[in-house]
Amino acid sequence: MDSIERHIISVTVENKSGVLARISGLFSARGYNIDSLAVAETEDPTVSRMSIVVKGNEKILEQIYKQLNKLIDVIKVQDLTTEAHIERELVLLKVNTAGSSARNEIVQLVNIFRAKIVDVSRKSLTIELVGSKAKVDAMIDLMKGFGIKEMTRTGRIAICRDTSKEK
Amino acid sequence: MTGSKIIVECLKKEKVEVIFGYPGGVVLPLCDALYDSGIKFILTRHEQGAAHAADGYARTSGKVGVCLATSGPGSTNLVTGIATAYMDSIPMVAITGQVATHLIGNDAFQEVDTTGITRPITKHNYLLKNVEQIGTVFKEAFYIAKTGKPGPVLIDIPVDVQRAETDFNYPEKIEIRSYKPVYNGHPLQIERALSLIACSKKPIILAGGGVISANASDELRSLAEKAKIPVALTMMGLGSFPTEHDLHLGMIGMHGTRYGNNAIMEADVLIAAGCRFDDRVTGKISEFAPHAKIIHIDINPASIGKNVAVEIPIVGDVKNILAQFVKNIPKTSTAEWIERISEWKKKYPLNYKNTDGLKPQFVIETISELTKGEAIITTEVGQNQMWAAQYYKFKHPRTFISSGGLGTMGFGFPAAIGAQVACPDKTVIDIAGDGSIQMNIQELSTAVAEKIPVKVIILNNCHLGMVRQWQELFYQKRYAFTCLKGKQPNFVKIAEAYGATGYRATKREELKKILTRALNHKTGPVFVECVVEPEENVFPMVPAGASLKEMIGGLA
Repeated sequence: MDSIERHIISVTVENKSGVLARISGLFSARGYNIDSLAVAETEDPTVSRMSIVVKGNEKILEQIYKQLNKLIDVIKVQDLTTEAHIERELVLLKVNTAGSSARNEIVQLVNIFRAKIVDVSRKSLTIELVGSKAKVDAMIDLMKGFGIKEMTRTGRIAICRDTSKEK
Repeated sequence: MTGSKIIVECLKKEKVEVIFGYPGGVVLPLCDALYDSGIKFILTRHEQGAAHAADGYARTSGKVGVCLATSGPGSTNLVTGIATAYMDSIPMVAITGQVATHLIGNDAFQEVDTTGITRPITKHNYLLKNVEQIGTVFKEAFYIAKTGKPGPVLIDIPVDVQRAETDFNYPEKIEIRSYKPVYNGHPLQIERALSLIACSKKPIILAGGGVISANASDELRSLAEKAKIPVALTMMGLGSFPTEHDLHLGMIGMHGTRYGNNAIMEADVLIAAGCRFDDRVTGKISEFAPHAKIIHIDINPASIGKNVAVEIPIVGDVKNILAQFVKNIPKTSTAEWIERISEWKKKYPLNYKNTDGLKPQFVIETISELTKGEAIITTEVGQNQMWAAQYYKFKHPRTFISSGGLGTMGFGFPAAIGAQVACPDKTVIDIAGDGSIQMNIQELSTAVAEKIPVKVIILNNCHLGMVRQWQELFYQKRYAFTCLKGKQPNFVKIAEAYGATGYRATKREELKKILTRALNHKTGPVFVECVVEPEENVFPMVPAGASLKEMIGGLA
């Protein structure tokens, strides 16, 4: 009951200035932890979707859900963790290749992971990988051995599956 | 039509009769449009006073209070007042001027990010960047402020938008897809609640400020009387149930009655209506109402289950839901329970030792007697507030006006001004302390200029009394920064200097005569300084963080 878990919450909001500040302000004011937050316009240009990964027990999650709903600009809040959904994250990894014979090994790993090399220089390779958090974490872990020069992750985004509803 | 004229028309459409405010550079166009608009403008002497006055107006009338200030310091001065209204869910629309749109973000003269600053203390806010939006934004703002769980809404309007021209268009109806308050309680939940009450032996109703803002006092009373269930109140709920009613348990919590707190601790079913289980109400949360199954009725889903575990949540309008309770309430057998409570009432009444000196509790009791419980009482924050809550015998809702959530010193006097504007025929009394009255004492000028006959009773104990009390009890009597002996102004002379009337009472015998004289003074504000015993404490008391069982102090 009281276990602290990661949840991915999908929040559709009015696509207006200041909305992101309202959401992030709510989380900081009430002391909720955000792991990641990704936001962009949806198929309806007046609506944005935020995918927020939060940590908390059931009680905190319930409060997050209610407090988000209290905001006037919030249209819908969905905890996707509780239903069938697909989640993805994108990472860009700049890996050090200077003075080593690692290049081949890295390329092999990139193929195994179905990642892409999107930039090449004499001293580095930049890899793009899309996948679940576990996959991204595993890739990062492997690349640490070669030396990660720089990295950027989008945070997770998610969408619920339709299949379960179409029966 | 100019933006500012449109704003005036919007205010008229919302039937705004009075605005409390303070002019300034970037609200000049709006002030100019208001000048001969027919809407009364009350110039306060500080923007904080304007916000509290609008708040007091809203609390007493049930209408949306409106305040106005300029950009920068004007809007930051409103902040405390807006936060006060936010914490107590008071419907308010605050209008602020903003620097011209092309200057926003440039650190222009008197520019602050008003919507940024007020985001966490408003129900919603707007930066109105386009003259075409004025109608919709005002319609939405008033709608949001007064519906659902009410609250303050701020509209920040750049000066060029006030000057720009367009046609006036006020939407008749508003539809906000992301905002749909729930008013009807779920019928199944209501049914469950009623069957829980039916099997209870020791039920209690706990009524909060939500009962007052939903105008549900009649329903509350009918329910209590029909089902014979005693009623405890939070401080914000005072007035929703008459103090002298047999089923009245008084205020509960930190300075609640011992019998009220006892009853909470023994109850088997707690019907909480329009309250949010603030820490001052519950004491140690894990030990609050240990035997009670809680039915929680609130318009705000986020209040439910936030602090205490709830057996039956019912989201909706308290008035509506209580009415359904009244209609379908089962027979209860509470005679034994009521008997037990009346024994507590006899054994542990609210009490104090009435010595030769002037006791603050005696001052409140005398005011209560002289006004027959018919006055509107506003308070500052601290001991004055608690004594007013404990010893005034309230009869009607919307007659106890006090900053509950934020606990704002300096609230009571400007709020009294707003209350008097809303209710010109009522007696309005601010119960103040010598500390808090000085936080907005400049509003004396407002009251004199507008001939607002509020009575300010200053319980002068030469200390910041509540903090002093805590220092006495919990900080080994180290009175850090709380003693004002020899450091105070002459309150009577201050009143006179402003052109008001001032009285001073120092003895028990003269109190009634002086208060009567003050109450009969109808042409302008009166200060009555009551020089009370400096070391009197508010009892009984639950120390912060302790359980409601652990009350200290009080006689008997």
